[in-house]
Amino acid sequence: MAALFYGQELSSALMLGTAQYPSPEILRDAVLAAQPGVLTVSLRRESAGERAGQAFWSLVQELGVPVLPNTAGCHTVREAVTTAHMAREVFGTDWIKLEVIGELDTLQPDVFGLVEAARILTEEGFKVFPYTTEDLVVAERLLAAGCEVLMPWGAPIGSGKGLNNLFGLRAMRAHFPSVPLVVDAGIGVPSHAAQALELGYDAVLINTAVAKAGDPVAMARAFGLAVQAGTLARQADPMEARDMAAPSTPVAGKAFLDERITAKILSGCG
Amino acid sequence: MKITVNDEAQEVSATTLAGLIDELGYAGARIATALDGHFVPKTERLQATLAAGARVEIVAPMQGG
Repeated sequence: MAALFYGQELSSALMLGTAQYPSPEILRDAVLAAQPGVLTVSLRRESAGERAGQAFWSLVQELGVPVLPNTAGCHTVREAVTTAHMAREVFGTDWIKLEVIGELDTLQPDVFGLVEAARILTEEGFKVFPYTTEDLVVAERLLAAGCEVLMPWGAPIGSGKGLNNLFGLRAMRAHFPSVPLVVDAGIGVPSHAAQALELGYDAVLINTAVAKAGDPVAMARAFGLAVQAGTLARQADPMEARDMAAPSTPVAGKAFLDERITAKILSGCG
Repeated sequence: MKITVNDEAQEVSATTLAGLIDELGYAGARIATALDGHFVPKTERLQATLAAGARVEIVAPMQGG
């Protein structure tokens, strides 16, 4: 059964960012190719002359995909909270992807500020999607602050390194079996996305991997397919991995062509 | 009166945030505003008075990840 994000089911486990595409047309075609369940969007200063934001908003409305505004670039609780308020008014949604950045080289979240901002925004009626790490104690604090979704990083934003801490992500999934979890950041290729879903994550959030591909539209389609494959694989209950080989072709009834090998197999030490 | 809008110094005649939005040509645009670092909802722009040196932020939808 698909996870509910604050009571809402998504049409796809792919959340797609809208930044860094070569052109608005390529962004539109990429969205049509990937069929994401959510589009992430942001806010920037608008110049009255250019009105770039108005054109972008028209495009997003035309695409008809639910939006998740972010607080990207915010480094303090106050900045993030004010940005969330502005986003709620502009985009008409109480969903907010909460980013409070703590470190510039890794764009690692400031988890202390994140928890504080999450608490403030939850009390004000926001539905917070916190960009966090795989730290379980921080995750507990975010849930206590009112978050009903967690979005741990796979790797630093824009790095394309995939799932950097498989152990940590697995532990998080096991520790919070019923909390919707999204791998946000660091996914570089479709196999990373499929892997996250196979681990039991409920969605993946991708931007740079599509926008900065040589052919963003083809890559968007590849991610759409990978997410479908990963979701289906998870539902199909993957086999357990094991250390030793197990023959997939039945041995019983095999013709005895070399008695030395046959004797080994039959004695169970082949 | 001198204020800053999105970090740029401007000489304006409007005395409220609502007046400023009209004066700068944002009427009808999908924007959000903040005055001196605090969010001002659309419904409160008429009451938000500008003082000399006020810092106004005007933001709009933009691509994001």
